[in-house]
Amino acid sequence: MPAIVSVKKLRKAYDTGFVALKGIDLDIEEGEILALLGPNGAGKTTLISTICGITVPTSGSVTVGGHDTIRDYRAARSLIGLVPQEINLEPFEKVENSVAFSRGLFGKPKDPAKVAEILKLLSLDDKAGSKIKELSGGMKRRVLIAKALAHEPRVLFLDEPTAGVDVELRKDMWNVVADLKSHGVTIILTTHYIEEAEAIADRVGIISKGEILRVQDKTEMMNQMGRKELRVDLTQPVDAIPDALSDYKLALSPDGRAVTYTYDTRADRTGIRRMLNDLDAAGLQMADLATQQSSLEEIFTSLVKEQQT
Amino acid sequence: MNWTAIRAIYAFEMARFFRTITQSLVSPVLSTSLYFVVFGTAIGSRIESVEGVSYGAFIVPGLIMLSVMTQATSNASFGIYFPKFIGTIYELLSAPVNFLEITLGYVGAAATKALFIGVIIFVTAFFFVDIQVQHPVAMVAFLLMTCVSFALLGFIIGIWAGNFEQLQLIPLLIITPLVFLGGSFYSVTMLPPVWQTITMFNPVVYLISGFRWAFFGTADVPVALSLAAIAFFMVACMTAIWWIFRTGWRIRQ
Ligand SMILES: Nc1ncnc2c1ncn2[C@@H]1O[C@H](COP(=O)(O)OP(=O)(O)OP(=O)(O)O)[C@@H](O)[C@H]1O
Ligand SMILES: [Mg+2]
Repeated sequence: MPAIVSVKKLRKAYDTGFVALKGIDLDIEEGEILALLGPNGAGKTTLISTICGITVPTSGSVTVGGHDTIRDYRAARSLIGLVPQEINLEPFEKVENSVAFSRGLFGKPKDPAKVAEILKLLSLDDKAGSKIKELSGGMKRRVLIAKALAHEPRVLFLDEPTAGVDVELRKDMWNVVADLKSHGVTIILTTHYIEEAEAIADRVGIISKGEILRVQDKTEMMNQMGRKELRVDLTQPVDAIPDALSDYKLALSPDGRAVTYTYDTRADRTGIRRMLNDLDAAGLQMADLATQQSSLEEIFTSLVKEQQT
Repeated sequence: MNWTAIRAIYAFEMARFFRTITQSLVSPVLSTSLYFVVFGTAIGSRIESVEGVSYGAFIVPGLIMLSVMTQATSNASFGIYFPKFIGTIYELLSAPVNFLEITLGYVGAAATKALFIGVIIFVTAFFFVDIQVQHPVAMVAFLLMTCVSFALLGFIIGIWAGNFEQLQLIPLLIITPLVFLGGSFYSVTMLPPVWQTITMFNPVVYLISGFRWAFFGTADVPVALSLAAIAFFMVACMTAIWWIFRTGWRIRQ
């Protein structure tokens, strides 16, 4: 299946000379949810802005639905909905008018029923007639989402949709995202919350200093992350791990004073108890136990560090 | 052509205008009335007539032009500056619209507002002086072209402006003086010869002269020249806007 969004060798140098994107290659599959994780200043917003037509690429190309975003900008942009990172809204405008305006701007005929439906999806139905300045921050963010959805886009970009949003509302937003996905909408979101990526994304992309370091299926990444290590310190050093324990694929420390057992926390059985029993049976006496987990955060920071060196 | 988008921008801008309709209309009506009281009545009683027209009536076309030009400019410049200022411009930039559509929406709305105000002043003038219009079609045409071309100018100013001071600067420093010195309240022929020549470099002279001709049939410069001047002005503004959107100057990074 061809990618719905295809980014090729995308470079962006700002007027200041700063290179915010250093040749990004990224394919986004239709119907997936891709989470872009990256530290402040990584280039997430720049990447999204360049795909959506707000900034002009220095070189490289982007297609959306097979349409080049520059040569064939009308067709490409018609497919895209954008929720910006900053809350940019006209304070004196009414919620429903603002959403209807967005719809019109994308060339869709007036449809008050559709606007009402979108407001309802975002639990804004009781605020339809309110002025935007009368809304709370979280509500304003939802208005931005409503505006982005007004023209029924096939691809939705959410730039930190849950920044400054409380836990409950965040869950609501995840539900909205899941609902959109079930209707076949492709969603790209940026976030600083790793739990958020875990909760809703199909794939996770890690971006830092204008480069994509890794794009990986979330479950694969979770598998790496879900792995835990159990370290057993021994009272007496050993030269080798007894054959009776070979099933556990234990790693022996260089000084022979500790063995490490790697297991999956989400498996039905971790095998810890059995392993410890067998360890005992093999005559290895344990002095101490310690466990440690590799988290997505760790993967993330180690990737970012690797890039710096 | 994305007509729906043009209509959406136009309607959105007009809604802003109607939200503040009282403010939008009261001030031009009030200031025009003041002009009539001061110039028409107080001074006008000492000036018999200009080119066979009573002074009170003579200043009507100039007054309408003065308001229309300043209103068209300020409405259009504010209209496009505001989204830039509060950040909602992202929506215009990411929408499937081109420069012509954005311009038509904003300039169309600003020109309509200016036209409204022009008509209101025209009606107000009726209460103060007798005016007849000899060439109604030409009058409407001049009025429309002035609304549009100054809205175009305002649009450019709004894109250029980096802050609210700059937004006010051009209208204050350039447009107001040009209009006042452009024969709004006098005939160019009343000036000393040197100033008559200098005045010919003021583009507003051509507009006011043409507009006044539509009312009274007398003009400071040939009507064809007036038409050519306004057409040239409009084309120059359109070209500038086309270039702005092509290069993304002050809009796209
Ligand atoms: N208009 C601009 N001119 C010059 N440099 C810019 C401009 N916009 C962004 N940058 C720079 O480009 C880099 C990437 O910025 P960007 O906003 O894309 O980061 P981000 O990943 O979205 O960060 P955050 O998580 O803080 O939102 C930053 O170093 C920033 O300073
Ligand atoms: Mg950002």
